[in-house]
Formats: sequence, C-alpha cells, structure tokens
Amino acid sequence: MTDVSYDEIAKKKSLIRYSLLAAAIVLCSIFGLWSNQAPQSNLNKSNTLTISGPWEISSLEPSQQGYILTRMQVLETLVNVNSSGELTPGLALNWQVSDDGLSWLFTLRNNVKFHDGTLLNAAAVVASLGHAQQKHGALNKADIAQIDAIGNNQIRITLSQPYISLAALLTNYSTSILAPASYKTDGDIKTLYGTGAYQMASFSPPHKLTVKQFSGYWAQQAKIPYATYLTGHRAESRLLQAKTGDADIVFTLDPAMLSQLTSNQTVKVHSNLIPRTLFLKLNNSHPLLSELRTRQALDLALDRHSIATNVLHAQGSETSQVLPRSFAQWYLSDISTSKLNLVKAQALLSEQGWHKNESGILQRDDQPFSLTLMTYADRPELTVVATAIQAQWAKLGIDLKINVTNSSMIPAGHQDGTLELALIARNFGSIADPFPIISTDFSNGGGDWGTMNWHNAQVDNAINQLAREYEPAKRFTLSQTIAKVIHQQLPVLPITSYTQHTSVNQRVQNFKFDPYERNYFINQMAFK
Amino acid sequence: MWALVKRQCFQLMLVIWGVGTLTFVLMRSLPGDMAYRIAASRYGQDNVDSAAAELVRQELNLDQSVFSSYLSWLTDLLQFNLGNSLVSGLPVIELVQHQLGHSLLLAIFGIMLSALIALPLGVWSAQKGGAVNTALVWLSTATRAMPVFVLGLLLILLFSLRWQLLPVAGFGTWQHLVLPSLTLAISLAAVSNRVVHTSTRQVITSSFYRFSRVKGLNESQTFVRHGIRNIAVPVVAFIGVQLVSVVEGIVMIESLFSWPGIGHGLAHAIFARDIPVIQGCALMMGGLFVLLNGVIDLLCHTIDPRGQQER
Repeated sequence: MTDVSYDEIAKKKSLIRYSLLAAAIVLCSIFGLWSNQAPQSNLNKSNTLTISGPWEISSLEPSQQGYILTRMQVLETLVNVNSSGELTPGLALNWQVSDDGLSWLFTLRNNVKFHDGTLLNAAAVVASLGHAQQKHGALNKADIAQIDAIGNNQIRITLSQPYISLAALLTNYSTSILAPASYKTDGDIKTLYGTGAYQMASFSPPHKLTVKQFSGYWAQQAKIPYATYLTGHRAESRLLQAKTGDADIVFTLDPAMLSQLTSNQTVKVHSNLIPRTLFLKLNNSHPLLSELRTRQALDLALDRHSIATNVLHAQGSETSQVLPRSFAQWYLSDISTSKLNLVKAQALLSEQGWHKNESGILQRDDQPFSLTLMTYADRPELTVVATAIQAQWAKLGIDLKINVTNSSMIPAGHQDGTLELALIARNFGSIADPFPIISTDFSNGGGDWGTMNWHNAQVDNAINQLAREYEPAKRFTLSQTIAKVIHQQLPVLPITSYTQHTSVNQRVQNFKFDPYERNYFINQMAFK
Repeated sequence: MWALVKRQCFQLMLVIWGVGTLTFVLMRSLPGDMAYRIAASRYGQDNVDSAAAELVRQELNLDQSVFSSYLSWLTDLLQFNLGNSLVSGLPVIELVQHQLGHSLLLAIFGIMLSALIALPLGVWSAQKGGAVNTALVWLSTATRAMPVFVLGLLLILLFSLRWQLLPVAGFGTWQHLVLPSLTLAISLAAVSNRVVHTSTRQVITSSFYRFSRVKGLNESQTFVRHGIRNIAVPVVAFIGVQLVSVVEGIVMIESLFSWPGIGHGLAHAIFARDIPVIQGCALMMGGLFVLLNGVIDLLCHTIDPRGQQER
C-alpha cells in the first residue's frame, strides 16, 4: 500500500480544481472562437433575407450548383428569359446570327462591373465561356468551333453545325460570366466574382451561403443588405422555418403540409406551375412494353386526376403531354388528358392474350406481367406517386415492383439496358428553350432522361430540321408534329405537370417567382 | 501511465490504417458505377447523364486499377494528405474539420446537458426509490422509445413555434446550438439516468457507505466523501461510450436542425461514393474514438486508482 499524506491529498485536490478550471476556460474559448468565426456577425433579422430550400451547395463551380448562385444573384448570364419564355438581354445587349446560322455575334452591355471592381469586357466573357466548355453543361449541346473576342465589347461564337437554340443555351447557369480573377491557374474557382446585385459574403458548404449587396451593380440596386441561403434537408424543418418566420422565403414546400400554413397570417403561399413534368420512362424494347397496345393499356390504367389531386395536392396539374401548356409551341391544345378507363385497358391486354391468373396477376404462356419501376428519393413525391401507380396498375393485374435508388441509376440503367420502367421528374426549363432537351431526350432512339429504345423517323427528321429552322410558323409545325407523335406512340407516359409551392413571409415585399428558377429577384424585394 | 499512452498511440496508428483500408475495400465493393454516383452529386439530379459520368471518369481517372488507387491513397496518407473531395473538389481536411468541429461541439454540449439532467435524476430516484423511481423508469422508457426525430420536432414546436425563443434550424450562433443539444441531451439522459440510478443504489446500499454513517457523518457528508467518487466510475465509463457513439450517430438530429455535422456529411459522401471524404471522416473518427477511449481510461484511472496503487 502506498502511503498517502494530507499534503499530497491537498495537492491532488488543487490539481484537479485547476485542471477543471483550465478545461472550462478551453471549452469557453473554443465556443467563443466558434461563435466569432461566423463572419456575418453584423447580420440580423432586420437587414437579412433568409431563404430556405432543399438543395445543397457544395461547390462554387458554376457548372455544379451554379443555379443557386444565379438565383441568389451573384452570377449572371449573357442572355435572360422572362416568365413568358422569351429571351431578353442579360449581360449581352443584343445578338445577331449569320444567314448560314454558323456565326453568332453578341454585343456586351457597357459599364458592367465585376465584384472585384474590374469591368466586364469581351476577353473576360471569352475566358468564362471557354471555362464552361471544359465542364459539363449546356454549352456542350451546341457544336462550337470557336469563341472570339471582337474588340472590347463583342464576342463571336462560331459553330460547326447550325444550332438555333444557342442564345437559349446562354441562359443556363453553367454559362455564367465570372471575372478573370475568379479562376486559379488550373481553372478551379479561387474567389467567386460575378456581376450580380449581390456578392459573396460567406460560404459554408454544403449548407449555407451568405451574400451582401453590391453597390456597383449595373441595374436596380438591392435594398436588402444581406441574403442567406440555408439548406433545409427535411420538409418538416422548412415548414417550421416558414411558420416561425425563421426563414422569409421557403422553396419547395411539401404539398401534403400546405394546409398547416393556410391559417398562418404571417405567411403567404405562392403556388406556381413550372416547366417540369413527371412521367414514366419506358424501355420500349422490353418484351412486355414493345407493343403499342400494351403502352396504351398502361396509359389508360393511370388515374392521373387522383395522383394530382390526392397525392400532389395540385388539382388540374394532370397531363398526358410531355411539355406543359406554358410552352405553347410544344403543347397540343386540342387534346384532352387521358382518363382512367380500366375496361378498355383490360380489353387491349386481352387482345394480346393476357389473362388474370388465380392470384389476380396477368399471365400469358406462363409468363406473369411483372415489371420493376425505378425511381429516386431526391424528390420525395416520386416515391409516393410510384406506390400510387403500383396500386393503380395492380387493379389491371400488373405486378409492379418499386426500386427506390440514386438518380444516377436512371441514365446508367438507360445506357446498360437494364432499366425497365422509371418514374422521373424532368426539368424542361433549365434552358429557356426546351428544344435542346427534347433533341437529346427524344431523338435517335432516345436519351438518358427521355425515350428508351424508341425510334421514330418522323420525330428524328423534325428535330433535325428544327435545329436549323428560324421561321416561327415552320418551327411551330415541326414542334407540334413531335408532340403529336409522342402523344400517340406513348414512348413515355406523362402524369402531371409540376407546381412549386413557396411560402413568403408578410414582411417581404415584391416577391416574384421565376418559373425558370434562374433568379430570386432579391434586388427587387424590400422589408415592410 | 506512459505504457497506457504508448499503447493508445500504437492503437491509433493501427486504427487509422485499418479503418482507411476497410473503407476503401467496402466502398469499392458497393454496386453501381462510381462515375455516375459522383456525377449525380456534382451536377444534381437534373443534370446527371452519361456524358457527365464520362467526364467524371476521365477527370478522376476512375479506370485505374484498384491496387494502384489504393497505393496512391496510402502514399498520400503517409504524407498527411487526405486528398480532395471527388464531388466538390475541396480539400477533405477542410470538410472534415468543418463537419467534425460542429459534431464535436454538438456532442460535447449534448453530453454536458445530459449529465446535468441524468445525474440529479438518477441520484434522486436511487435515494427516494418507490413511486419516484417507477415514474422515472416509465418516463425514461417512453423517451427512449420515441425516435429522436420526434423529440426534436416536439422541442421545436415548443421553443420555436409556441414561445418563439430559439431558431428552428441552422448554425453559426449559440442560439442555434441549444435545441439540437437539448434534443440529444434528453435522448441520452433517458438511458444514463438509469445507469446513475443503478450505480448510486449499489453505493448507498454498500457496507462501506453504511459504516460512514455509523461513524458519525451526516447524509450529505457521506455522499460527498464516499458516494460521488464510487458512483462516478461506471457513470464516466458509460458517458464515454455515449460520447463516442454520439459523434457519429446523430444524423437525424443534424438533418432535422440543418446542422453541418459529420454524420450527415458521411451519409451523403457514401451516397455519392466520395471515397476520399469517407476515408477522411472514418480516419478522423477512428482516431477520435481511440483518443476519447484513452481519455476515459485515464479519467477512470484517476477516479479509482486502487488497482494502480496495489500493483
């Protein structure tokens, strides 16, 4: 046994006391340091607009989450699009295309300042677009041979093949114009200097982005000094942020929760149609899906009205067309939405020898009518709609299995041919003109997010002609032809258009919704 | 003492190598094309396609052999370089520091708050027994049975919606820390108060405790001189275990309160097959666990030095 003296005990006690005190001081210092790390210490409720949305921002590279940077008005593009889908001047004042459709000349706006104080010029635009070409993005849809600076305020884009929608491609966030000082030598982003009404204040990936007003902005100056974007992963959290006023604007509210906001006097909910369509992608070479009559039966067994009304709480959003009414050129106004008709659907399948077995599953030559539907959890409503379709088709005798996976499995499944059916939500508004997306998704056998193993010469020809056709009347006819063939042949089964629900706190004035989701128009907003 | 520290250092190195290698093997064995997964996380659901996946494959040289990519990771590790995220391109060390810092902050405050709740409740129920103890058993069971997500929502409804005292979600100020810490604390205290109860019961029914009363000490003197230290050993060991599991396992709280912790970051990195981030997180957490276990061992050693003195 060790001898222990009272002195030693006293010493030990004081050592413990001092250790505890030191630990407390260290802990307080860490917390203090952490609190002070927030560079937005001068941010408060009265000078900051708080926006909440489900999208994470993990990078400042425009080709990745550039959509958040254009929405927060840090970055701008050469061309803009208004709510009617018309192209309007952005950083480019105007543009002309040569008769052969190969040379596009853009004249830049004068006296536009980047956030680092330098002036926008042709060299900066050429460098920025060159950077965008190296990355994944909209610009690669056109066959660009060269981008040149013509003097100080004009740029010329030379194409190898005519491409009617080049100006529309330049509305996409991935083509945003950055100051030359934004880039490191290897092309990565060093510090983000755009031309927007707001400049970067702080960035905490992947959850938070704070911007502050830019006094050198070329158009309407922002009135609200700061704006913060916060990722709210859970729909419940975002709803509560709207209810408590923690967030001034909350995007992508869950339709099922909207009723909780109706009685709230401090919040107004805006519901706007956006050019996004929820549809079923079919593998048209699959033995069970290759026959048109089968696809017609599946189409007739869908109760779109119930899905729109009861699942998505967006009555009237049901559709059997790929593009929404807002794209008049692509919308067949004389066609009504397909209605549920189980009797006709059953008759169409019986004609092909499908009959229900004792378990209620359709069967032909000992083969059950069994399919796997793939969908992804990025959009929570997709899984619910998938189960609704499973239940609706079960009435017809179809055994539908659902595989909820990562969104990347849709293009991967398309490429390796393993995909049978997929429920997807396709955004046709990421580029002002839907043509670039239609041409990739629906021509020459289909695309990752469009038709699969479906060949139609009429559609392919119309798409080829559209790429070089400038005459509006002819463009209209060609687009209508494509829409009509898709509607008749059913290589995909559209279900509903999308309604975006946004809550706006009453203290925010002049809120405006951009159906193309390119801009939050914060510079036009003010607090009451 | 030094032998203990040396053993912990050796363990730390072994854990770092083992965790890193295991993570690498497991991630490479997962189904699905890595290039597509990374492209989906980089460009978002609307823009992931085969062209994006091909670009990612070429840029990151994903076609190189498994062995050569393992070797290059090991070489980088020996130079203390954890690499860059395959999704954001940011250095892994920055991401891990940011996320682990927030997780540790939440875990430490959560544990401290849980101790403040569990210690008095556990001791009180052990001393009173009877109806108080039964009520606490029911309350603890009910709280523990409730998903932490529901508990968090209830606290938000009370503190944010009804009383408007604290923000619903976010980070950056001390107010943002309160609700996630409290949610965590209540959930942890639901179990740890029972450990305190049992430990206290064992001590106060022991013969040495009764003897101290016989020799003339009053109840509070007995508790301070002979109770606290004896109760502390199992309680400190249990809180240590809780702290370790809390650092990694609070994904739901982080998700609900938009807290940028490592649990949530790790889950997303796994979805995205962001191997350097997964390895970085796993390494740091493995290291941290060894460190925390070491600290807990030392603490228990200090609280109860009997074994050491007898040796």
